[in-house]
Formats: sequence, structure tokens, C-alpha cells
Amino acid sequence: MIKITKPGLLTSVQDFGRYGFQKYGVIASGVMDSTAHRIANLLVGNDENEATLELTLLGPDMTFTEDTLISICGGNLSPSVDGKPVKLWRSVLVKAGSKLKFGGCKTGCRAYLAVAGGFDLPEVMNSKSTYIRAGIGGFNGKPLQTDDELQLGKPSEFADQITKGLAAELDGQKFAEMQWTIASEFTSTAASKPKVRVMKGRQYDWFTHESQMKLFTESFEVTSQSDRMGYRLKGPELQLEKEQEMLSEAVNFGTIQVPSEGNPIVLLADRQTTGGYPKIGQIATVDLPIMAQLKPGDKVQFTEVSHEVAQQLYLDREKQLHQLKQGISLKIKQELK
Amino acid sequence: MEFNLQPLGDNSVIIELGEDISRDIQQKVKKVSSFLEQQSFDWMVEYVPGFTTVAVFYDPCKIEAKTLPYDEVCEELSAHLEKLAVEEGAEPRIVEIPVCYGGEFGPDLEEVAERNDLTPEEVIDIHSNGEYIVYMIGFAPGFPYIGGMDERIAAPRRKNPRLKIPAGSVGIAGKQTGVYPIETPGGWQLIGKTPRKLFLPEGETPSLLQAGDQIKFVPISVEEFQSWEEKEND
Repeated sequence: MIKITKPGLLTSVQDFGRYGFQKYGVIASGVMDSTAHRIANLLVGNDENEATLELTLLGPDMTFTEDTLISICGGNLSPSVDGKPVKLWRSVLVKAGSKLKFGGCKTGCRAYLAVAGGFDLPEVMNSKSTYIRAGIGGFNGKPLQTDDELQLGKPSEFADQITKGLAAELDGQKFAEMQWTIASEFTSTAASKPKVRVMKGRQYDWFTHESQMKLFTESFEVTSQSDRMGYRLKGPELQLEKEQEMLSEAVNFGTIQVPSEGNPIVLLADRQTTGGYPKIGQIATVDLPIMAQLKPGDKVQFTEVSHEVAQQLYLDREKQLHQLKQGISLKIKQELK
Repeated sequence: MEFNLQPLGDNSVIIELGEDISRDIQQKVKKVSSFLEQQSFDWMVEYVPGFTTVAVFYDPCKIEAKTLPYDEVCEELSAHLEKLAVEEGAEPRIVEIPVCYGGEFGPDLEEVAERNDLTPEEVIDIHSNGEYIVYMIGFAPGFPYIGGMDERIAAPRRKNPRLKIPAGSVGIAGKQTGVYPIETPGGWQLIGKTPRKLFLPEGETPSLLQAGDQIKFVPISVEEFQSWEEKEND
């Protein structure tokens, strides 16, 4: 069991999201940075879609009541166990009674904490993701609070092997980390002004030539009015060629829509199912993790990518992740010999 | 059936079925939706209807394509969509929504009446005798975009939106009427409240209403409201 002793800024249970119900107005929810979430799960022998805790900027404090295999991936929120720093992107065995705390946010914005066996929580509409506004999913439909107690599921056989190997290295310490970690192509979080690839949106042609140019040449800042639902950006104003009424239709993760005042909004994990603002762009799926790790005040530069290339990048990324999955199991088996 | 296909990102395609809000286009949207409901393509994640469109989300990794997954999805969809036709005289499903108008449930009923030089009773009469169609569900879980409200009871949104509008509230915003499925902030003028639950997270389908439904608002008393509510909570 994990007992929360301090909730942090926004800590919620998330998996890949709730799909198949958007036609009923039920938002998808789910993790913001799916790559970090997937890798965190792989490192503790879980299915990629098992729920993790998504931690935001200021992480929570928690106590483990039993020996637990964990992994923390994504942004560096300075995790430590009983005062000693813990490394990201690797399997970590934490002893019963240990306290996991988080300090300042060094890189990125969100970290994912996976535990072997996942969280023993009911699925609502096929997902454990927390849908805060409707109060469903996750832990009682809410972000985690002080004194919440999370029951854990049964670890996989692979997780048991990792645990056994790491237990041998504990040597009286509160935790033991795997020496080996993930290739940097997956772990390097955002440069100071990252480039994010964007396809032309469905209403791209409605915008003035100047606005179209500026989207791909100037930089935009993430404002403080940004959350899991969407990021409001500040930068050059984007204007329509002429006032045009749009009828509401489906939107996507990474849709860049522009309300009439001209400041774009990037729709993210907790986006509404449909929207009525013109869509100037659509972020390529492979670059969504970069966007999700930006925090208020960070800047971003959009570069144009074609729909065809974006889809090819998508397929390539999935292939890489599949290889990574096999690599992890191979590497860990070698380490444990 | 005539249609256009366009990408909505690298994992989805949007089927365009017309340009404006009308019953005809709504029926095409409904036809395509029920086709997608029955024809479960391996690669389909889900579909989302809009006023004049249906978006299809897919998993690009589940498509065996020599070229791009998008091209394969378009080809498969087109082959089916070309053959689809809206049947003549298809009757919509009628859903009755009981509403207790005015009082604490509808604090803005009198304002809506005054604005339109009507009595509150006349507003109730007009509102509950309209023929309404659900064009789509969106904005919030189970929230219906409803067409067909009589313009004689139109009223602008409140200047100061309420921070909390209780679930079940029936309101008017401009020429639209709607029902709030969950508690939410909002600027609609509230004229009543229904005891029926529009969002059913435990149900087989989480939304009472679906695109294409016809709605009938039925005025009820406070006592009827209470007994309905008890029944709903059972």
C-alpha cells in the first residue's frame, strides 16, 4: 500500500485514457506524456496501459507500507527516498516504511510514478483515468489528497524477477536502483525553446497569410492559464481573413485552435470532445510529449510537417518503443544473471 | 451518400457531410454513426459526431498498408460510405424530459419572460411545446446541443455567469436551449430543472440522449419532481 502524506500540486491516477465514449461527451482524459508513462510501466514489468500517478510541478510525499518496485519517468521533480536522491528512468526497489518525497522541478513539468502490479482501482468506462470535473475514475474521481491509501495490484513474474535482483543489492539501504537506464532519445526532456512539429489544421486556410507565416516562424509562450485541458499561448496574434462562423466538430489531442481574440489554445489530455473554434494546426502525435512537459513561462517554436510525414513518424516511433520494450526485458535479464 | 474525407491529425479522419445545420444533414450524420457502430473496423478507436461531420479516430499501427495508413482508412471508409443512403421516413427516438419550471429551479424564468414581453406561463407553454432535435453531444458528458427552440423565448447569456449550475438545470442561451448533465459553471438563463439524469457513468451508455433523438419537455410540479428524483436515485 502507498499512503499519501502530502498531495503535491496535482497528483492524479491516469492511464492511456477513456476511449469510445467521446460521442457521449465523455472526455478522453489520460496521461499528458504517454512516452514517459509507457516507459515507467515497462520498467516495473507492467502492461504499458496500467495506470500511473501523474505528478505536476510539485510532487507529493508518500510512504510505502511494503517493499515496492517503482519507476519514475518524465520531468525531473527531484525525487528522494529518506533524503537520498533517486534516479529517473530506471527500476527502483523501495523498502517498506520508506518515504518518497519530491523537491523542486528541475526539468519538464510532469513525472510518472509506476508501481509494479499497478493500482488496484476499479475501471470506469474501461479506464482508471481520473476525470476530475465529472468526479469519476482514478481514486474516488479526485486528485490525490493527504491520507489517501492506494492499494497495489499483483506484480508480474517479470517484476518479481527484477525485485529479487535488486533486493540482493539493497545491503541495508532504503532503496536500490538498477544501474542500467533508457536510451537518451526517449529521456531527453525539452530544450530551452523546443521545436514542435505541427500539421496545417482544418481551417488553416481561413487565417491571414501573415498569421499562417507567424505560426511557423515566431515563438509562443505557455501562459499561466494552462492545465491538463489545454495550454493558452501568448505570441503574435493569429487573425482570420474574414469573420467566419464554425460549427462544432470533434477535436484531437494537440489541436491548436484560435478563439477570436487571436491567442491560440493547444488542446491536451482533458480537452472537450468537440470544439467550435477554427483549428490552425495540429501537433504531430510524436511531439505531444514535448508539449506536455512545458510549463507556464516556457517557450515553444512550431515547425511545419506534412500529414504524411507526421504519420510516418508515428509509425517509426511505435517501432522504436516496441524495440525498447524488448530491449528492456533483455537488458534486465542480463543484469540479473 | 456524398461526403469528403480530410485528416484531423495523424490518427484520425473527418467525414464531412454538409455545410450547415439542418435535419437532412443531421440524418446523414446519424446514418454514418450507426453504420460505424455496427461495422467495427479493427483499426477504429472510436467515432465522434459533430453538427455536419463524423470524426473517426484510428490506430495507425493496426493497419496493414503498403502506403500510408490514412490512405487505407480512406479507401475502406469510402467503399462503404458510397453505398450508404438515408432511409425515407425514418422516425427519430422520442425522449421525454420532465421539467419543473420556475421557482428555485428556474431563477431566471421571470427575466426571460420580461425580456420577451411574455408571462412566465407563456414561456413554459412555448418551451414545452417545441419540437427539439439533438444535433450532437459535446461540451460536457451527456450535454445535448439542441436545435428547434422558438425564437420568441430567446434570451442572451447572463453578464455574470454563475459559478455553480446544478445538474439537471434547463436553460436558454441566445436561440438555444439545453440541459446541464453535471454541475458546472455557466452563463445560461435558468428556467427550470429536470429530475432525470442525463449523465449515467455506470450505465451501459453513459448518456441518456444521443445525436438524432427528438426531445419533448414535459412540465411537472414540485411534488412530481420529488417523486421522479426518488425513482431516479433508486
